[in-house]
Amino acid sequence: MSGSRRLLIVGGIALAVWGMGYGLWYAVFAEHQALDNIGASLAGSFAAAADRNPAGREASLEQYREAKYIYDRQVDVHGHWIGLAMLLVVLGIGFDRVNFSERLKLFLALGLLLGAVIFPLGVLLQTISHGLLPRAIAIAGSAFVIAALLGSAAGVVARESARGAR
Amino acid sequence: MSGRRLLLLGGIGLILSGMFFGDIFAVFTLHQNAAQVETSLAAAADAALAGNRQAVLADFQNAGAFLENRGTKVDTHVHMIDFGYLALMLAILQPWLAFTEGAKKRLAWAFLTGAWLLPVGVYLIHYVGLAHSPMKAIGWASIAADFGGLLVLIVTFVCLLGLWKHFRGKLTSPPDALLADRSMEGRMLFAGGIALVLLGFFHGAYYAATDLYRHEAQDYSLLAQMSAGAAAGARDVVDQALGDYGQLQGAKAVNIAAHAHSIEFGLLAIMLAFFQPYVRLAASWKRRLAGVLLLGSLLLPVCVLLEMKFGLVAGGLADFAGLVIIFALLATWIGILRYTGELDASVRPVAGSGAPR
Repeated sequence: MSGSRRLLIVGGIALAVWGMGYGLWYAVFAEHQALDNIGASLAGSFAAAADRNPAGREASLEQYREAKYIYDRQVDVHGHWIGLAMLLVVLGIGFDRVNFSERLKLFLALGLLLGAVIFPLGVLLQTISHGLLPRAIAIAGSAFVIAALLGSAAGVVARESARGAR
Repeated sequence: MSGRRLLLLGGIGLILSGMFFGDIFAVFTLHQNAAQVETSLAAAADAALAGNRQAVLADFQNAGAFLENRGTKVDTHVHMIDFGYLALMLAILQPWLAFTEGAKKRLAWAFLTGAWLLPVGVYLIHYVGLAHSPMKAIGWASIAADFGGLLVLIVTFVCLLGLWKHFRGKLTSPPDALLADRSMEGRMLFAGGIALVLLGFFHGAYYAATDLYRHEAQDYSLLAQMSAGAAAGARDVVDQALGDYGQLQGAKAVNIAAHAHSIEFGLLAIMLAFFQPYVRLAASWKRRLAGVLLLGSLLLPVCVLLEMKFGLVAGGLADFAGLVIIFALLATWIGILRYTGELDASVRPVAGSGAPR
């Protein structure tokens, strides 16, 4: 088996295990608490509105915003790591259909794996910092994945064209 | 039956069940549930307008119950389908796992057990709740679901070890007719699948760049308007914010669903491309099924996206596309069931070696 295929398959399964491990940890230790926090803070803001307590209302809403922001990203990270991992493995299995040199295929495989790891990582880092760096990491990761996938698609089409011409 | 075919049939079975469940959920539960959540939120805003704190808390409790009901149904649908994909992926990898056929079969059964336990457990969370639970926040259904997830995780990890063992031992894989296949239907599904995945990626990137942060800001500002309007006794502000909030939730939901479905159907098409030699149907029918699957896979996310603009017409078309995909998948599943096993025989390991040829 070629190095590019091996990288995609082994890297993809390792990423799937990592994503599932993260999801399991999240479901057992964090998700229920996060959902309770979201519900309680939103209810608290409306209860404060009923009490005509503007400071309490704003504080609760702010708590809701932060909790929801973190929850959405943590769920996204779990889904994207596993989804991208499956894509890596499936592409790895069919990578012999990409009609490029092994060197270029290895480059594409590296781009895919790197993007699949750092795109969700950037999203996860947004729960720690609201600055530009985590967003930049996420954007770079998604750009890696899209560019490498476009390259792979071009490799598949190149093969089909070559076959059609024969 | 080989471990590979067990995972293949079990995987497609999981995907089909997840899709059936999703269609039933979309038609009979999703919209009704969203309306109930909106009604509870409106009631909470009304109670806040009237200065009734207890009613606010009661209404939010109702909204929380509806949201939990909806969330567990979505999770059931998503996990069933994703575990189905994972099963197909592991099925393809079988010849590269340095285990005996018996061990592979046991792993396949363990995987399928966990893959069914998790979604069924998640589905039951809303109904079982915390009854007789030894823990404060997690009920028996959650425990069962988490155990299912753990089982799937362990099997996937063991498969990773099997692959590692295969590569370390520099074992050569047997010639695999599944991966060598270059039939027309296989190429259609492979190329169409990659196109669908790319389409989903582009849409996701576009949504993240243009709407995601705006939607998050709107979510907060509309809730702030609602609660501030209620505190000030301004009913028109509350009503306007409630209406806009419903629209916003719809816009978020259709964008996320279109993104996810496009990529998932793309992955499904790519994986089915590898299994075409297992499908015991005439080549012309296999090509038709591939075309139908790809057409439905494109139609569904596009119609979901158009739901905000064209309402029920687009929604109905999306449901129809979902049925078309289910039909194509069911026909493929039946074709695989009719298969007799000659390809499995070609990748059997040498007796006693414990590793594939």
